[in-house]
Amino acid sequence: MKKKPLIMLAAASALSISIAAQAKTLVYCSEGSPEGFNPSLYTAGTTFDASSRALFNRLVEFERGGTNIVPALAESWTVSDDGLEYTFNLRKGVKFHTTGSFTPSRDMNADDVVFSFKRQGDADHPYHKVSGGAYEYFNGMSMPDLLKDVVKVDDMTVKFVLNRPEAPMIANLGMDFASIMSAEHADQMMAAGTPEKVDLEPVGTGPFQLVAYQKDAVIRYKAHPDYWAGKAAIDDLVFAITIDPAVRYQKLKAGECHVMPYPNPADIEAMRNDPDLNLLEQEGLNVGYLAYNSMMAPFDNPKVRKALNMAINKDAIIDGVFQGAGKVAKNPIPPTIWSYNDATEDDGYDPAAAKAMLEEAGVSGLSTKIWAMPVQRPYNPNARRMAELIQADWAAVGVEAEIVSFEWGEYLKRSKAEDRDGAVLLGWTGDNGDPDNFLAVLLGCDGVGGSNRAQWCHQPFEDLIQKAKVTSDPAERTSLYEQAQLVFKEQAPWATIAHSVVFMPVRKEVKDYLIDPFGGHIFYGVDLVE
Amino acid sequence: MFRFILTRLGLVIPTFVGITLLTFGMIRLVPGDPIELLAGERGVTPERHAQLRAEYGFDKPVLEQYWNYISGVLQGDLGKSITTKQPVVEEFFTLFPATVELSVFAIFLAVAIGLPAGIIAAVRRGSVFDHTVMGTALTGYSMPIFWWALLLIIFFSGILGWTPVSGRISLLYFFEPVTGFMLIDSLLSGQEGAFRSAVSHLILPAIVLSTIPLAVIARQTRSAMLEVLNEDYVRTAKAKGLSPGRVITVHALRNALIPVITVIGLQVGVLFSGAVLTESIFSWPGIGKWLIDSISRRDYPSVQGGILLIATTVILVNLLVDLVYGFINPRIRHTR
Repeated sequence: MKKKPLIMLAAASALSISIAAQAKTLVYCSEGSPEGFNPSLYTAGTTFDASSRALFNRLVEFERGGTNIVPALAESWTVSDDGLEYTFNLRKGVKFHTTGSFTPSRDMNADDVVFSFKRQGDADHPYHKVSGGAYEYFNGMSMPDLLKDVVKVDDMTVKFVLNRPEAPMIANLGMDFASIMSAEHADQMMAAGTPEKVDLEPVGTGPFQLVAYQKDAVIRYKAHPDYWAGKAAIDDLVFAITIDPAVRYQKLKAGECHVMPYPNPADIEAMRNDPDLNLLEQEGLNVGYLAYNSMMAPFDNPKVRKALNMAINKDAIIDGVFQGAGKVAKNPIPPTIWSYNDATEDDGYDPAAAKAMLEEAGVSGLSTKIWAMPVQRPYNPNARRMAELIQADWAAVGVEAEIVSFEWGEYLKRSKAEDRDGAVLLGWTGDNGDPDNFLAVLLGCDGVGGSNRAQWCHQPFEDLIQKAKVTSDPAERTSLYEQAQLVFKEQAPWATIAHSVVFMPVRKEVKDYLIDPFGGHIFYGVDLVE
Repeated sequence: MFRFILTRLGLVIPTFVGITLLTFGMIRLVPGDPIELLAGERGVTPERHAQLRAEYGFDKPVLEQYWNYISGVLQGDLGKSITTKQPVVEEFFTLFPATVELSVFAIFLAVAIGLPAGIIAAVRRGSVFDHTVMGTALTGYSMPIFWWALLLIIFFSGILGWTPVSGRISLLYFFEPVTGFMLIDSLLSGQEGAFRSAVSHLILPAIVLSTIPLAVIARQTRSAMLEVLNEDYVRTAKAKGLSPGRVITVHALRNALIPVITVIGLQVGVLFSGAVLTESIFSWPGIGKWLIDSISRRDYPSVQGGILLIATTVILVNLLVDLVYGFINPRIRHTR
């Protein structure tokens, strides 16, 4: 990174490490290093925390601490009757960051929006190939198929033209990859022959601007003085990269940082009792599941799947695997998402009835496999242990299961196979708070052989979610998704296992920190009090 | 002597080729597809998968990939990281000074304590001191690094509050790196207290990293000294009426040092492997942590390049040790 003018934070006595002395410097002990600072190039949450959530804005954003969409760089928008055209009226007077090497000559306008999307979607765009040019989220959200064009109507109006109606479009535009970057900065860097600097020295409109990144050690930001929604309450924001959760906890206790993510489950009780800390908690926007292969006998029979679901003691899993930091899941979407159907009846734990159902379905002496992920994920802290509990539950109803596991990349790949043998433990964390992001991605017919690990293509369900995708009336969409959840439950392609609870310990002096349901860590709106 | 140096240098080349082959082959033998890992649960379509493989050159025959890699290496180009898209060489040398600083400090600690401890233990063979040193050394040698590190953090940083928990310098100090060595940069910065802060951050990780080499050096010094102390020339020196101090330092130690120096050279490799864990725990921004991340992401170019550069360092240090060894002991440079 090029050298920049420095902000000297030097102060006080040498070893008085207490950060409280620096009244408005908030230190966040982050769990890892960002891959870079352009959120459209990467997919990791750690990267988004350091880039899109601090440095950039999107046309629309998610309300802080919630999943509702609120206007951001777009003040308002209209959708054409056929659902194919979205017209955004941009906010006036939005300033980009002024950095050591760039001074914006104008406010944010339609050119910046067009640049940000064309770079990702148009293979002939001069910036498309810069910095590796892989836009996995843009691709993953089917934007290349969906987006016909992004047109500048006038300086403050942009139109998105779609190839087909897509109700979750607005929610998609709130996602990190849709961050708006400065076209003027990009033009200057291209003219200077250093286009890659756009990604290394990011210029955004966000609440903080980058001061310096010391690789794998520290990221320093300062508050954007002209931020359109008002300057942040804290003056400086520092990410102290600390990978080990036990060490993060020690740093938090020692006052070397104010906020830490991903505590060890074993430390939760101590954190709760620590007078210097507040332990925030919220249900995560995720679901952990066990997906049967509905293409293979006898799992092609919904009765068999349901019987196996009834044999699983989910309460024991919540206690044994989540150590209480989870809630039993009955639907494929978490309760924090709109259209969650609370009327769904879960398959109650009843080994005797399960055994009877299996016999009724003509299944005896069944032997199968349970796939356990090799990694810890937000929706499943210990897949191996979970698999062992399920194995024991199934043994009680006469089903013999062998636990298998592979290296994570292999696991993801092999579990997609249509002829896969056995049921797979996996899960999902929502991207945009839209039910479509769970139901269509994980259970739609398009996902068979891919992200639909149950290989389940059930026409009545598919019809409901496809209809909901093109319906713009929220009430009607809600009703369609509620019905889809009932169909799902009756067909039981998965055993829905749990939604995890996210814990976030913060020091007492931190005010107004809200847990982001999407798993992000956002510091605009947070303050420090003595 | 010249011939000896040439022979040693000649051996470096096949070693080097062997390392490139090993790293290139092994990371590919380890199961795991970098593209699947990049995409996570979301996954990629088979078309996109093929497209990305082509972009990274993974679709070419392995031999061709190796050839391209080696041609790059010979021109000093180790490729770009799949994760960060930055040149591997650049990333490595940004982080390398942190590892070197930690390792140098650790080896210094290990020699400064291990060598005298080993000598005294040998001289006072069978004494309480000897048993204590050897017992401690054995414990140090068998201690799991991450556990030992956490124990020190909880005690010295958590309970006593003497040392900072992790990092390289207090966040209060901020200056652009000049050399990448925090001790030097903090002095150059002219900021009051920066140097002290850097030293205080270095203490715990250096103790942790030096533990195993210290134990090995102490044990090696003791056994080498014991062997030499029984030699005729030592008995002769004693019989001549020389002071015990002179007998030990001049007559015994100089001869005992030869195997000890070899061990110190070999410990450089051990230090790098120890640095992987130590750096992760102390959030020390060095190549150890970077390499672990790269391996878990199957970032082929970073793993290949990183291991190659580390191996080169180890080879160079051992070459140096061999040369020093040749200087000290003429018998070695005449052996063919």
